[in-house]
Amino acid sequence: MSNRQEKLVVIGNGMAGVRTVEEILKKDPNKYDVTIFGKEPHPNYNRISLSSVLQGDTGIDDIVLNTYEWYEENNITLYTADPVVDIDTTKQTVTSEKNVTISYDKLIIATGSNPFMLPLPGADKEGVIAFRDIEDCETMINASEKYKRAVVIGGGLLGLEAARGLINLNMETDVIHLEEYLMERQLDDTAGTMLREELESQGMRFHMKKQTEQIVGKDRVEGVHFKDGSKLYADLVVMAVGIKPNIGLAQTAGLETNRAIVVNDYLEASASNVYAVGECAEHNGIAYGLVAPLYEQAKVLADQLCNEKSEASYTGSLMYTQLKVSGVDVFSAGDFQSGEGKKAVRVHDEFEGVYKKVMVKDDKVVGSVLFGDTSDSPRLLDMMKKQEDISGMSKAVLLPSEEADSTESPVLSMAPDETICGCNGVSKEAIVQAIEQDGLSSVEEIKKHTNASRSCGGCKPLVADLLQATLGDESSISQVEPLCGCTSLSHEQVQEDIRNRQLTHPREVMNVLGWENEEGCSKCRPAINYYLGVVHPETYEDDDLSRFVNERMHANIQNDGTYSVVPRMYGGVTNSDQLRKIANVADKYDVPMLKLTGGQRIDMLGVNKEDLPNMWSDLDMPSGHAYGKAIRTVKTCVGEDFCRFGTQDSIGLGIAIEKKFERLNTPHKVKMAVSACPRNCAESGIKDIGIVGVEGAWEMYVGGNGGVDLRPGDLLAKVETSDEVLEIISAFLQYYREDAHYLERTSHWVDRVGLEHVRSTIIDNMDNRKYYAEQMEVALENKPADPWESLTHNENKRKELFERKAVELV
Amino acid sequence: MDTLQGKKEIYILDYKDLRANVPREILIGDQSIAIFLTHDGDVHAIENKCPHKGGPLSQGIVSGEYVFCPLHDWKINVIDGKAQAPDEGCVTTYETVIKDGSVYIMY
Ligand SMILES: Cc1cc2nc3c(=O)[nH]c(=O)nc-3n(C[C@H](O)[C@H](O)[C@H](O)COP(=O)(O)OP(=O)(O)OC[C@H]3O[C@@H](n4cnc5c(N)ncnc54)[C@H](O)[C@@H]3O)c2cc1C
Ligand code: HEM
Ligand code: SF4
Ligand code: FES
Repeated sequence: MSNRQEKLVVIGNGMAGVRTVEEILKKDPNKYDVTIFGKEPHPNYNRISLSSVLQGDTGIDDIVLNTYEWYEENNITLYTADPVVDIDTTKQTVTSEKNVTISYDKLIIATGSNPFMLPLPGADKEGVIAFRDIEDCETMINASEKYKRAVVIGGGLLGLEAARGLINLNMETDVIHLEEYLMERQLDDTAGTMLREELESQGMRFHMKKQTEQIVGKDRVEGVHFKDGSKLYADLVVMAVGIKPNIGLAQTAGLETNRAIVVNDYLEASASNVYAVGECAEHNGIAYGLVAPLYEQAKVLADQLCNEKSEASYTGSLMYTQLKVSGVDVFSAGDFQSGEGKKAVRVHDEFEGVYKKVMVKDDKVVGSVLFGDTSDSPRLLDMMKKQEDISGMSKAVLLPSEEADSTESPVLSMAPDETICGCNGVSKEAIVQAIEQDGLSSVEEIKKHTNASRSCGGCKPLVADLLQATLGDESSISQVEPLCGCTSLSHEQVQEDIRNRQLTHPREVMNVLGWENEEGCSKCRPAINYYLGVVHPETYEDDDLSRFVNERMHANIQNDGTYSVVPRMYGGVTNSDQLRKIANVADKYDVPMLKLTGGQRIDMLGVNKEDLPNMWSDLDMPSGHAYGKAIRTVKTCVGEDFCRFGTQDSIGLGIAIEKKFERLNTPHKVKMAVSACPRNCAESGIKDIGIVGVEGAWEMYVGGNGGVDLRPGDLLAKVETSDEVLEIISAFLQYYREDAHYLERTSHWVDRVGLEHVRSTIIDNMDNRKYYAEQMEVALENKPADPWESLTHNENKRKELFERKAVELV
Repeated sequence: MDTLQGKKEIYILDYKDLRANVPREILIGDQSIAIFLTHDGDVHAIENKCPHKGGPLSQGIVSGEYVFCPLHDWKINVIDGKAQAPDEGCVTTYETVIKDGSVYIMY
């Protein structure tokens, strides 16, 4: 045994290369002096998780698999951002771009793939990219800040994951696909069509059977032209049409290549002491494009390199995939197409949106497609891997979840040796053992100890279930008040998920967050609609079908089904013109009652719905929003102009406030008032925001309520100028809009979060105050126009909402 | 009285004018009827009067095959007209027919 460590050089600091090194270190940490060259300026990261980064579920920092410290601790010399440019297989040396030349005893090539770029005219324009590495991901995220329209070419796994991510980044996203249905390499037409419908309901747009002809634009892409003459605007084009093994280097070194570097069962390339693993290797005519095969290769190669008498050999892998788009469960494995000598077991439940197909040949499972419910996938994969004879089995054995109690986790019925984490080949018993022997108590720990769920993350729910089952019910989960009967999530959780997972559409929210009732109900739909509008003020299109009757009809429904009309009178100030108009309209439409409201304006009660649009147009006054979860009124007192006690211009300020914030949606109604002295004629003490003038200053009260739960407002601040008043109202209202639950009045909200908390957030902290005030400006810029005006001019809506069509009895 | 023979087929509106989740109100004489297009493309017609206190169901929020009354949020099935638990009651339903793009009601 010589003392000299053998030199191992790895080209490619990616998933396969580094995994091989990890496997070698596990077997014999001192055998090799390891050097790794990587082209990218990063340590080894989880490429698979780029999809999650793009979809906003994880940050770039969270996907690093091996930190720089790991390389150091294991005495690995790492050259990043320095690709190898030459291999000399006779001298056994490699040379990098920055001119590092070192010799090797063993060489592993793990250069992965390059994305395949369609050679279209214009494909070199700025804004045309692939989806392969951190850089691509960053380009997309940056583009989404400046641009609006993205086109993804390719409706396969990668394309769909990219499209989902771009939608989450608020880009209008169109997916172009050459074939008739999506993911044709992994799905049959039934599953492909179901997938398309599901994704369409999440807001993705598809153009099927379309061939791209040209990418147009000046320097940057501006559009895409298709063979059939149609066009799409685009300021970002993502090509996701396939990968090409990265073998240029191997070819110049004279290694035998075909589609990829040809290797034998020991992963040896055609020169001695040279090996290849990963996507750049071709075994038995197959170059794999998924991690599970690469990991199997890594294991075999590590054994070969560590044991002289190794008997490990690689015989090929079963291919299977899972789509990583939140809210969509798709699984595909093996040979799933119908054909000679094959028979299928199918379950197709159109109510639940579930489709399962298991292909059987010579009494063995050879392939499967699962859509909507993939809980049977571990079982099926296991049968495929072991080539179990199923002739004596019933359907329940093939698809256990069809029989099982649906509330029970599928891990419970799995055999100990069944694989839970497919990417890393970790069995149920291995995880249970690790939990018990190493005292693990979290999925994160299991990941570190066993590699399970470390790659694509698809098995995380199973791992979590197994953890729970193994530990028993000791860990009691705290119960939260659900938003409504359709979900177990609370208001907070839904708000948080909409923000963090960048959900943009009501359907997407219900889908992704697993709504039990996919249509939602009258409680959750208005809430979701409100939350989405607050999170995406510039892009979200209000869903008026999710609004309560009053907010859809823009009038208050009364107990007899008639409506009331309250025009806006800023600050409770009116004039003879307005009064004449109101009187005329009241006569013309036979309004049964005119009443002064508590909010200092006039209510016309008892109006038939079909009269509403015409009345609005005759009135020609803005809507008072007396019906909305919105800014209602700003009551004012007479103030300094006339009152002998007045210290300030309460009417002026009240009108300024009302004009600034009118038509703004809020979690619940918001009533305000401005009085010009502490006698408080406008009742500022029981308003959501009440302003009271004192000598040389304004006092601002918040959280007051004159309704069921009578509550005096709390003094939030005392300021000198009306500009400050407006700024603090902006910050307060915006913080309330973002933080409160839907249908939570300021009084309850202030009680819940505490006045001190509100004060420290928007009064004491000037940066925060500015931040919320700025966010408010964005919201105000995107406020809808006056609804009465727009509804009277919308023929369709007039018909749909206000018509009572008399039909003739013939 | 309720026999099929006794009923007439009355044209109410064009199929293309209906949108899923957007109910429409029609009047036959004094009788107000709410018309719903469900996601599966079927048209349903029910009496436009909530069994609770007569709320106009044509103005409610529609979720799938249910409409929520605009007055006190009762949940009514638009296909069979039944109020959902815990509430009890039902509204009259009417058969509809779609022919050549026109919707008819059996009345
Ligand atoms: C967005 C996305 C999602 C994916 N999702 C899944 C999934 O869900 N499931 C799944 O199984 N697979 C998935 N894949 C595929 C999976 O990531 C790859 O199969 C895997 O990363 C391949 O590993 P590799 O080591 O062969 O190649 P890579 O991980 O690409 O590593 C190769 C490395 O070598 C570097 N390199 C290239 N040439 C040189 C050179 N001359 N010198 C030095 N370094 C060089 C490259 O820059 C790269 O860093 C996904 C891929 C992407 C892009
Ligand atoms: C369906 C139920 C209700 C309807 C349709 C309704 C309608 C109205 C309308 C139209 C106004 C006039 C607002 C304006 O001028 O802008 C008003 C004012 C008011 N409502 Fe209601 N209301 C309802 C329920 C309640 C309840 C339950 C409370 C108390 C708990 C309440 C308390 C008030 C108060 C205090 C005012 C005066 C507001 C002010 O002075 O600014 N209302 N209501
Ligand atoms: S609040 Fe004071 S200033 Fe205003 S009207 Fe009443 S008494 Fe006059
Ligand atoms: S009238 Fe319909 S719920 Fe009360």
